[in-house]
This record gives sequence, structure tokens and C-alpha cells, in this order.
Amino acid sequence: MGCQSSHPSAIPELEEIMQETGFSQASVVRLYDRFQALDKQQKGYLSKYDLQGIGELAVNPLGERIINAFFKEGEELTNFRSFIRVLAHFRPVEEGKSKETGRPEPMNSRLRKLQFAFQLYDQDSDGKISRDEMLQVLRLMVGIQVTEEQLACIAERTIQEADQDGDGAISFEEFATSVEKLNIEQRMSLRLLK
Amino acid sequence: MQPPTGPALASAPESPPGAAPGSPLLRWQWREVQAPCLVAGWILVASLAKIVFQLSRKVTSVVPESCLLILLGLGLGGIVLAIAKRAEYQLEPSMFFLFLLPPIVLDSGYFMPSRLFFDNLGAILTYAVIGTLWNSFATGAALWGLKQAGLMDTGVDAGLMDFLLFGSLISAVDPVAVLAVFEEVHINETLFIIVFGESLLNDAVTVVLYKVFNSFVEMGPAHVQATDYLKGVASFFVVSLGGAAVGLLFAFLLALITRFTKRVRIIEPLFVFLLAYMAYLAAEMVSLSSILAVTFCGICCKKYVEANISRKSRTTVKYTMKTLASSSETVIFMFLGISAVDTSKWAWDTALVLGTLLFILLFRAVGVVLQTWVLNRFRLTPLDRIDQVVMSYGGLRGAVAFALVILLDGDKVRAKDYFVATTIVVVFFTVLVQGLTIKPLVKWLKVKRSDHHKPTLNEELHEHAFDHILAAVEDVVGHHGYRYWRDRWEQFDKRYLSQLLMRKSAYRLKDEIWDVYCKLNIRDAISFVDQGGHVLSASRLTLPSMPSRTSMSESSVTNLLRESGSGACLDLQVIDTVRSRRDKEDAVMHHVLCGSLYKPRRRYKASYSRHFISPSTQERQDKEIFQQNMKRRLETFKSTKHNVCSAKSKARLKKDGRKKQKKSAANAELPNGKPPRSVTWQQTAAVLVAVDSDDEESDSSETEKEEDEGIVFIARATDAILQGKKASGSLDVCPSPRIIPPSPTSAERELPWKGDRGDLAVYISSETTKIVPVDMQAAWKQSISSLESVASPPGAEPGPHAKTVAGPALEERQMMPEPRTCFQFPNPLLRSSRPQSAGSPERTEQPELQPLMAPDEQGRMSTAAGPGNSRWLIQFNRPARFSDG
Repeated sequence: MGCQSSHPSAIPELEEIMQETGFSQASVVRLYDRFQALDKQQKGYLSKYDLQGIGELAVNPLGERIINAFFKEGEELTNFRSFIRVLAHFRPVEEGKSKETGRPEPMNSRLRKLQFAFQLYDQDSDGKISRDEMLQVLRLMVGIQVTEEQLACIAERTIQEADQDGDGAISFEEFATSVEKLNIEQRMSLRLLK
Repeated sequence: MQPPTGPALASAPESPPGAAPGSPLLRWQWREVQAPCLVAGWILVASLAKIVFQLSRKVTSVVPESCLLILLGLGLGGIVLAIAKRAEYQLEPSMFFLFLLPPIVLDSGYFMPSRLFFDNLGAILTYAVIGTLWNSFATGAALWGLKQAGLMDTGVDAGLMDFLLFGSLISAVDPVAVLAVFEEVHINETLFIIVFGESLLNDAVTVVLYKVFNSFVEMGPAHVQATDYLKGVASFFVVSLGGAAVGLLFAFLLALITRFTKRVRIIEPLFVFLLAYMAYLAAEMVSLSSILAVTFCGICCKKYVEANISRKSRTTVKYTMKTLASSSETVIFMFLGISAVDTSKWAWDTALVLGTLLFILLFRAVGVVLQTWVLNRFRLTPLDRIDQVVMSYGGLRGAVAFALVILLDGDKVRAKDYFVATTIVVVFFTVLVQGLTIKPLVKWLKVKRSDHHKPTLNEELHEHAFDHILAAVEDVVGHHGYRYWRDRWEQFDKRYLSQLLMRKSAYRLKDEIWDVYCKLNIRDAISFVDQGGHVLSASRLTLPSMPSRTSMSESSVTNLLRESGSGACLDLQVIDTVRSRRDKEDAVMHHVLCGSLYKPRRRYKASYSRHFISPSTQERQDKEIFQQNMKRRLETFKSTKHNVCSAKSKARLKKDGRKKQKKSAANAELPNGKPPRSVTWQQTAAVLVAVDSDDEESDSSETEKEEDEGIVFIARATDAILQGKKASGSLDVCPSPRIIPPSPTSAERELPWKGDRGDLAVYISSETTKIVPVDMQAAWKQSISSLESVASPPGAEPGPHAKTVAGPALEERQMMPEPRTCFQFPNPLLRSSRPQSAGSPERTEQPELQPLMAPDEQGRMSTAAGPGNSRWLIQFNRPARFSDG
């Protein structure tokens, strides 16, 4: 939320963005303000460095990965459009509207939300969470009180639990199955991004 | 409850017909025991009634217990009235507030799902504060309006203040009633926590309103100054925040105290109850909200207390709390019924009664709808119509209102009798009618029910990940929301509070993912034990704790405990006298394991040499089990993509068997007096290697195809051992030496199996075999090795490696006499042998180990060894280790 609110007309591709992400104009404006606030040198795009400047992200165990999620493979910069596209994953799901047919799957569908989470695990983007990847995530998320051996056990067990086809890794389908009891729509939504 | 003043009750129906005249032998001393005897008697009656109710499933499935109890109370009250000609045994407010209410509130606070509670805190507070205020004022004012309109009897001598006072006490949703009814309804958690949280937190509002209006009434409305209103508003904050603060203070104390109860485990539970009760009394003493105090005390202390106290204490706390709360609740409802019979306090006014009923229902519904409308703008998941209906309808009134109305001063509040009658009717109506109908209503409206399932590791992990992700996104978006603060709080908690309030051991153990992991493992192990340890392969492929399978019954574990306790050679008495709880539990767990798992192990002494001497019957059993397991495993392989052809495996088995025999023959020939125990794993390793290489030689192409972790883990485990990991014997079996209790060493020596001389002695150093008795390790290895020998081709990671790296190495190896490597280092002196085995044998074995090692460098060996180990071994060491952890 910037100090001065941008005029909607100042935002490039406003219509397309609203169309694509489903954000209301107010949300887009607010996010654009935020985007500009993050973009300290007014470059018109964000680099990883800009996002790393957010102090709280430094203490978030998954912060680095989430920053990376804002950037496409191999790219160092993100413009507002792809920035907001990532955030669109976290838009709450409206009741009723989700059943609309004929339109491309909205950015904030359960599937998309899960995919977003999945790619945070799946660092090499091979469509599978391998044991190593699981271990890495665990290492990030679990405090230092837990030893490597314990971590390894947990990783092993986690994979075993979700692994249905016995390939020693968690595919996206298996991932989705393992969390199907969780209310993803709620867990992965920010009210702020309505 | 009944008047505790004993003598005053002399005329009660139960009172004796006087003391027996001049009999020195027996004296009737009713008066001395009267009060406690009556208390016990009533509780007994109520509890018996519960049994009777439960006899008929049909009745209890339709009628909530609270309704039945009230009706029972009515009946008993009627009987008492008929016999004594006057009403006895009322629900005394002091009794209610000092003794009956605290257990219920503590129970609900302590077992409150705190995450859910704080997630919905905004809504709960809104409903509790604004909702209750609205209800009070609206009801009071509307009743006053009725009175002004002349609809009420002239006997109802009450002004606006009186009605507001009445409104304040009648409008608060009652936690006892809500809990009693909603617990049976099983609505979804969010809805439950909102209704229930509201009923707990509105106490502050009720107390304040009640006190303020009461003082206004006593002062007389004419004398109320503007400052008094201000004071009333201020007192709301004082009472609520003060109550919560008292609760937090005592929670802090409690957590701190339990940190130091290691040596007095037996009274641990007592502290929980005492301090919570003290919190209640302290808050009551300074007229703060005592319900808030206990609620917050319960919510906040739980995390630390649970971490600090032993598992048994935890169970004790849980059951005692539930027992107390449940009996209080029972007594409360029964006495509500009994009290209602006392017509001397009644003064009926139809308009007042009907008006009150109408208004509380109406205003509750209006309040809920309005507040929900506002709240939904801020809520991620809006509360829909159905939720609102349930919330409005679930606003039950109960004993709190009744106790408060009884407390009114009849001289000052002249319409007290009317109010009492109305309150009783309202309470009865809400508990009986609404309580009875809410279940069908919930069914009819298809309210989302709660679905309980045990958390899986994945869920736990991903939930955490989601939380982190959302927190990060909030940061990116630049919004410091609820999650931000929760994150902050968690960090603060981790850094300071937990360190201050938790034992070091407990603190280390405290990680939710790890917790779930341990729980699952315990469950697996229990089921393993349950099935007699024959499910080796099956358990691995379908772990019982996985969502697909239901967990086993507890009773069987107890049976096993008993059985193995008698069967095993170990003497519980010994440990009982000396050691801490943890050790005792270790011992008990050991008994379990000993009873159901060890048998093959006990034989192991013989089976060390089994490969070259004719097998004993036990050994045959042993083999049978293994073969069963192997078969099962093979079948699974077949059914999965691995497609191992069983013929091949059989052939392999034979081959393997031969190999083993050769090897063991060689082993046996060695003239060293080395204890078999320490040899076992070495042997396993050797066998394994042999098999592996065998396969690689013969069908290396297949190896690659049939990947499976089975072998990896052995190989790695062996590696870890060979590396002589830090001389910690436990390392190779337990994945986490660090989580071992801080001072286990001395205790261990007392543990029965440690004292087991002879074969075991060698293996036992203070650090070794902390958890998994040596026997078992060996058993494990053995079983696994034989398993592996059959099903080894599906070698996982080692597969490819083996081929590439090991190709030449194997040849080299073949030239070496096999036993040599095996027997170089089984060294009896464990301590000293460790470094040795880390050193020289490793070097010699390097060639053959190479293929089996994890792809990573050796530095990461421990990590690599972990998963493999855990797969098999953890199922056994966890229960022991965590038996109180």
C-alpha cells in the first residue's frame, strides 16, 4: 500500500490483468502500488534483490523459494504482469463462480494453488518431489533441534506415505491426494487479495 | 448443590433416626459425615443415572444427556419435595461458581484447539462482546417496554435497571450447556469453536454487566452518576483483560513449575489442577472474569505443560480433567432440575416468561445475522446462512444464568422471584427444546460435520508449508496480517518462551512435524507388535498409520504388555524402585518388544551359527517367517512395476543360502572368542554385499531395472556402521541420537536388558543400544538380510552405482577371501573397536562398500543412512524412546 495511490490508467494492461487474474480493479491498483514501492529505483520491473529487501522474507524458511517462484526459469526480472499473476494464486475462491465452464481454469483454483505449492518443493521441475527435494524442504522448515538423521527419517516416511506407485518420489497427483483432506481453498488464500 | 452446611440439613430425608441409644459398639455419626456423604451420594446418583441412560442407545442418540439429567433432577426433586415437604438441595451459586464451574472451564480451555481458536478469535470476540452486549440491552429494554405497555402483571415490580440486569444475566450463552449439547452434535469445527468460544469469552461481558447493573439497582437508579457509566465501561476492560492476564500469569507459572518436576512425576498432574484452580480463585478474588482466567490459563499453558510432563502424567491430566468436568456437568444439570421444583422461589408471570423467550431467540438471531454480515466482509470463508441458523439456535442458556439469578438480592431486586422463574423456564426451554431439536435441525440443514482423521505426515508438513507460503506472500504484498503476527509470535515463542518454559529435552523434541512423525511410528510399531511381528514386509509397504488403514485397538497393546511382562525374564521391580518414569516406560516398552519380537532374537545366539549347523526348530520358525515375508514381499514386487520373477528369486535365495553357509562356516572356524552379538551386523553386511555382488555379476542389467530402496538402506546402514559413527551405537539403529533424554546413561545401567550379562554385555556401552536392544538390532539385520537376499535385485540407488563403480571393485573383491573382511573387525570391546572399525576395516572394505554407498560423499553418510534405517528400525525404537516423550 503505497503512500500515493496510482491512478488505474497508469497501470499497463489493466484490463488484461483483471481479466486474467480475476482481481478487482482496486486490488490491482493496490498491488501496483506495492509493486512500485518494492521497485525502489522505479525500473518498472523487480529483481530478486528487490524482493530480498523485504525484511520479513529473510526469516521465512521458504522465503527464498517463494521469491524464486516470482521469477520464471532463468529470468532475473519480473514485470508487474507476472508479479500479479503469481499473486493471483492466492486470491480466495469465490463460491459458485468456480463452476463456470468454457473459461480457462482460473488462476486461483485449487489445482493452481496446489501446483504453486508443488513447484516450491519440486526444485528441479521434473514433476516429482524426490527424496532429496523433500529433505531440503524439511531442512528449511524444521528447526535446528532436529538432527539430520531425524530429518532423513521424516523425509523418507513422508515420501513413503504419499508415494502410491512406489517410485520413491511424490508426483503431483500423489501430492494432491495426500492433501485432499485439507481445505486448500482456504489455506492457500489471502483475504487481502479478494 | 446441596447446602454444605451439614447440621442445617438434619431434616433431610436421608438423615438418620438419631443415634442408637447407649451403644458403645457402634455409634451413628451421620452428622459428621453428612456433608461429604451427600456430595458423594449425589455424584454417585448422577453417575449411575448416566449409566442407565447409556443403556438405551436409542434414547441417548435422540435426547442429549443434559436433557435427561435435567429431567432426572426434576424427578428427584419431586421425590424429595414429596418426602420432606419442602425443597432441599438447591444449586447453590457459591457451590456452583467455586466448585462446579472451574473444572468445566478448565477442561474446555485446556483442550481447546488453540490454532482454531486463535484463527477465529476475531469472530469469537465479536460475538462474545458485541453480541452479548446487544442481547443484554435489547432484551432488557424490550422487556421494560413490555412492562411499560402494561402487559405484565403489576406484581413484577421492576424498573429499567432491573430489566437490564435481568437481560444481562439471561442473555449470555452458557458454556456448560453449549458444550453438553454441541459435543453430541458434531458440527464442523469452525462453527463449534465460534459458538463455544463465544460462550466462554462472553463471561467477561456478563460479569461486568451483571455487576454494574446490580450495583446500579442497589444504588437506586436515581443515584447513578455519569461517572458510574464510565466506570462500568472501564470495568469491562479491567475485568476482561485482567482476567486474561491472571490466566496468563498462572499459565506461565504452571509451565515453569512443570519444567522442574522431573523427579516428582507422580504429582505433576496435581500442579496443573492446582494452578488452574488458583488462577480461577485469584481472578474471582479480585472480581475479575474467572472464566476468562481459567480459559486462558488452559489454552496457554497446554503447549508447555504437555511438553514437560511425562506421557503418563499427560494421560492422567486428560482423564482427571475429563472426569471432573463431566461429573460437574452432570451434577449441574441434575441440580438444575432439582432446583426447579422449589416453587417457593417461583413467581410466574406469563407475559414476562413468554416475552423473555421470544426476545432472547429473536435478538440472538438478529444479532448473529447482523454481526455475521459485518464479519463476512473480513472473513476468508464466510459463514453462510446455515451456519447462522445453527449459531442463533445454539445459543443455549444454562446454569450460569441460573446461579446469577439466584445470587440476586431479593430485597433490592424486588422482582427476583419472577426473574428466577423466568430464568428457569428459559434454561429449561433452551436446554430441553433447543437441545433436543438441534440435532435433527443440523441433520436437516445438512450442516457440514466435522470429519476427524489422524494427521498424516504429509498433511502436517504441507500445512506448515502453506502457512509459510502465505506468510511470505503477505510480506510480498506488504500486508501485515494475522499470519504475520502469528509468525512473529512463533518466533518469539521459539526463541524465548519455549526455552524458558520447556525442559531442554522437551524443547529439542518440540517440532510438530517430528511429533507427527513419532506418533505415526509409534502407531506403526504398535500394530507391528500387534500382529506378532510377522508383518515385516507388509508393514513396510502399507504402513498401518497411513490413511487407508485404521489404527489398531489399544487394548491389544495392553494385553501384550501384560503377556510379555510375565513371559520375559526381566524384573520390572528393579526399575520401578530407582529410575525415572522415562526409563520405566522404556523398560515396559522393552517388555513389549521382548515379548513379541524378540523370540527370534533370543534364538539368535544359536542362529549365529545356524548357517552351518543343522537348524533348530526355532530357527526353522525363524526361517519360515522370513520366507513368508519374502514371499509376501516378492508378491508385492510382482504386483508393482518391479516384476521380479519369483523363480529367479528363489534361485537367488538358494545361492544366497549357500553363500551364507560358506561364510558362516568360515566365521565359526575363527578361533576368536568374539561375542556373536557384535558380529551380527558385520555378518549381515558381508552377506549383503555378497548377494549384491552376486546379482550384479549375474544380471546386472536387471538390477538397474528393479530399483527399490530395500537394499539401499541396508547398505547404507552398514556403511554407517562401518564408518564407526562417533562410537554411538545407537546411531545405527536410531535415527536421532540427539533426542535421547539428557541423562540416560546412568539410568540405562539400571535397565533390565542392559544388565543382561553374557551375550549382550559386550555390545552395551553407555551410549549404545539406548533404545533398541541389541537383540533386536541383530534380529532386524538378520531378517532384513534374509529378506534382502531374496529380494535384493531390486536394489535402489545402489543399483546403478553398483554397476558403474563396483564393477571392477567386485572382481577385486572376489579374489579376496570373503570371511576375512567380515571378521576382521567384529571386536568385542566395543568402545575401542569403534574407532578401529572406522579406520582399518573401512579401508579394507572400501572396495565392496563403494557400490553400496549413497551417491553422496561419505560426509553425508549419516543423512544417507537415515532413511534406510528409519524404514525398518525406527518402528521399533520409537515406541521405546517416546514412551514418555
